[in-house]
Amino acid sequence: MKAFAQLFLALDETNKTNEKVKVLKDYFNSVPDTDKMHMLALFSGRKPKRQINATLVRNWAIEASHIPYWLFEESYQVVGDLAETMALLMPQTDQTSSKTLTEWIAEINDLANKTENEKKEWLLDSWAMLDNQERFVFNKLLTGSFRVGVSQSLVIKALSEISGLDAATLTHRIMGNWQPEIYQYMELIQEQGAADDISRPYPFFLAYPIQETSEKQRSAEELRASLGNESEWQAEWKWDGIRAQLIKREDKIFIWSRGEDLATDKFPELHPFLNALPDGTVIDGEILSFRNGLPMPFNILQTRIGRKNLDKKILEESPVAVIAYDCLEYNGEDIRTTTQAGRRSVLEKLQATTTFPEIFRISALIPFGSWEELATIREQSRAMIAEGIMLKRKSAAYQVGRKRGDWWKWKIDPLSVDAVMIYAQKGHGRRADLYTDYTFAVWDGDKLVPFAKAYSGLTDQEINKVDYFVKRNTLEKFGPVRTVKPELVFEIGFEGINRSTRHKSGIALRFPRILRWRHDKPKEEADTLETLKALLGE
Amino acid sequence: MAKKPLLEFTDRGIYCDKGRFYIDPWKPVDDAVITHAHGDHAYPGNKHYLAHHFSKEVLLYRLGDIRLQTVAYGEKVTKNGVEISFHPAGHVIGSAQIRIEYQGEIWVVSGDYKVEDDGISTPFEPVRCHHFISECTFGMPVYKWKPQIEIFDDINKWWAGNLQNGAATVLVGYSLSLGKAQRILQNLDLSLGKVYTHGAIENTNEALRRNGVQLNPTERITPDTPKEEVRKGIVIAPPSSAGSPWMRRFQPYSLGYCSGWMAIRGAKKRRAADRGFVLSDHADWDGLITAIDATGCECVYLTHGYTATFARYLNEIGYNAREVHTLYSDDEDPGMPEAPEFAGEQNSETGASKVLSFGEDLGEAGGSAL
Repeated sequence: MKAFAQLFLALDETNKTNEKVKVLKDYFNSVPDTDKMHMLALFSGRKPKRQINATLVRNWAIEASHIPYWLFEESYQVVGDLAETMALLMPQTDQTSSKTLTEWIAEINDLANKTENEKKEWLLDSWAMLDNQERFVFNKLLTGSFRVGVSQSLVIKALSEISGLDAATLTHRIMGNWQPEIYQYMELIQEQGAADDISRPYPFFLAYPIQETSEKQRSAEELRASLGNESEWQAEWKWDGIRAQLIKREDKIFIWSRGEDLATDKFPELHPFLNALPDGTVIDGEILSFRNGLPMPFNILQTRIGRKNLDKKILEESPVAVIAYDCLEYNGEDIRTTTQAGRRSVLEKLQATTTFPEIFRISALIPFGSWEELATIREQSRAMIAEGIMLKRKSAAYQVGRKRGDWWKWKIDPLSVDAVMIYAQKGHGRRADLYTDYTFAVWDGDKLVPFAKAYSGLTDQEINKVDYFVKRNTLEKFGPVRTVKPELVFEIGFEGINRSTRHKSGIALRFPRILRWRHDKPKEEADTLETLKALLGE
Repeated sequence: MAKKPLLEFTDRGIYCDKGRFYIDPWKPVDDAVITHAHGDHAYPGNKHYLAHHFSKEVLLYRLGDIRLQTVAYGEKVTKNGVEISFHPAGHVIGSAQIRIEYQGEIWVVSGDYKVEDDGISTPFEPVRCHHFISECTFGMPVYKWKPQIEIFDDINKWWAGNLQNGAATVLVGYSLSLGKAQRILQNLDLSLGKVYTHGAIENTNEALRRNGVQLNPTERITPDTPKEEVRKGIVIAPPSSAGSPWMRRFQPYSLGYCSGWMAIRGAKKRRAADRGFVLSDHADWDGLITAIDATGCECVYLTHGYTATFARYLNEIGYNAREVHTLYSDDEDPGMPEAPEFAGEQNSETGASKVLSFGEDLGEAGGSAL
């Protein structure tokens, strides 16, 4: 555990990519193979199962810290991270422990069959033999809130340099369902992949944005200058659903979402068409709610995400279908290096023979003669319930991760209104102890009605100024939330707007964020609820 | 009628009506007693200043031609029958707690303080009193400092590592020009190399040297200083220079950041420094409680910092604590915009100060900083 805690600290202490890779390599070179696999699992989002519920961990930590409950809560507000708060508040210890990461995780997993008293005794003993930094990562393991400030691609880079295997192969080999207790390091890095797990998805290929923000509009000329001849590109709508990979191998089907969650059971409507596909087929596509052959806004799909039981009502109200983008495996063969155009014709052939054309759809190609024409077509995105346009180079291979060059997303500008900030709450992580989470309101007569929360869009400097304002203009405190003097006006951007019965304002926004601070506008000139409702387009 | 307290919290600062003087006023007054020479405690525009000997040259350098009287620790000055004396606060060189006595009633104003001996400021001494006005910048139990020897050990190791990698070493930190700069200077392992200073810091160093303070040798960075030489040493610079063209010319460099706020991972990441060192000139949680306990006071008034939380905790463990809002800024917080300005109020000293009830936010008195 000392090595793992040190790894965490060292990664925190540098902002430079090369140094991070060096730190990761040093770690890999200094720990046993089983630790390497556990680290890989953790750094790729595979958390150990939570064996003690968070409330108990918190209560026992308060007990070990000898402070009142309320002071613990306020400390948590300041630190913005539960594992770190607990680590900081506990008294220093003079014991040490030389247990490895593997041993600690095994102990955590063993807790499953223990009584509450046994768990408590184990936890208090464990805390007492760890120093601050070790406690912090230990608490992260325990509470399952494991997030690291280093991308998976850097971990892969380090591993690739050590093992001599290329990054794309390694990325693929750590996808899908595997357990660090079973998957061996030697298996991972061997030259020829062994009989691979049949559920394993391919790493997703992600598009780069053509324009970072709406202020930096790209013209047709600029597109021509950077992308070249129109005829080298295919254009499709950019759909707003759940990006997924659908697998049929050895008579079994698997549906993976982009977050690498196995979601096969969440979409029973897709099973018949998947089962009918030939063995050894992998499709990349977008899952959306459809009614009468038309895609529905994301919020309809959202109602069924996260539900444990999909009852009849949900399946009727929000039936799903797939819009297929690509084919990655055909006849059991990885065809990712085939050209975009080549893969497209494989996909078209597959889709043409399906007996479920309503469920297994294909992403239509948008015919266009010039960049100017495509720019005009893009204006219709919102009416198509699309987020914009995707551009794919016809000669492109299906690559790993977000890569510049061959796949571009050209999103439409967000909708926007000017709104007044009325509540503020402290953020987490690097925004700890700063007021960074705001609630915004628009006018309804002479009242301000809250309609959206937004966390992002301001610069660090602006955040500091808003924080300073909040601390000096608090009207009331409700737990961690402060009601602030309505005064600051911001332009709030969002991708979509829908009616909602769950919100006071009667509307719900998709991806609200702050576009800019309107220093020039007094609160009286903020927009009204009527303006917002007009955007519903009903 | 209830007896008027010896010290009051007004919209100009802490006021002693009997002695007719203010302590660390933030609006111009006739008679100001200054705990230390930081900008949020020693404002310009007062007619007369009383401070510690060691604050003299820094105050003159910062505030120009002022009427200034200085005293030694423990020396007594009487104003209108009220006895004033300065006692070491351990915050920075020349920093003091102000002890006020009148007819047997004793008040102490802490100013900013820390209880650990930093090797350069006169170490903090507890002063027995009836009423104690204390800062509590780090009045949260998550702030617990390690002994500075461990921190400087880390800093020296980091410096040595940079020397090996051929990178320049740059240290920044808040309230650094007076305080941390000298503390760091006195605790670095000078066998590793020379200490180079940014002009803003060297000006303060020179003022302190004029004041007779013995500091380790430093070299002011000028446009002619060869960067190959700088790379063999260590640079001490104000945080505003981080990432500036001034600093970029030392590339490649490693940037270290010294502040108590570095104790929290989120705050550390926000600074985007290569290294964060938990080094503060304020008392930590345990230090605050020890200091307050040692005064034996009947009542403690908490000024800047986590006042509400700390007051509640002290009351729960048996102290009589109250929260007071002041304009003293948290001088270690880079997030803090410039102190509010008081343009147009420069002539207000003729009017009587408005006495504010405890808990009223003086931040409002100066208007919003936005």
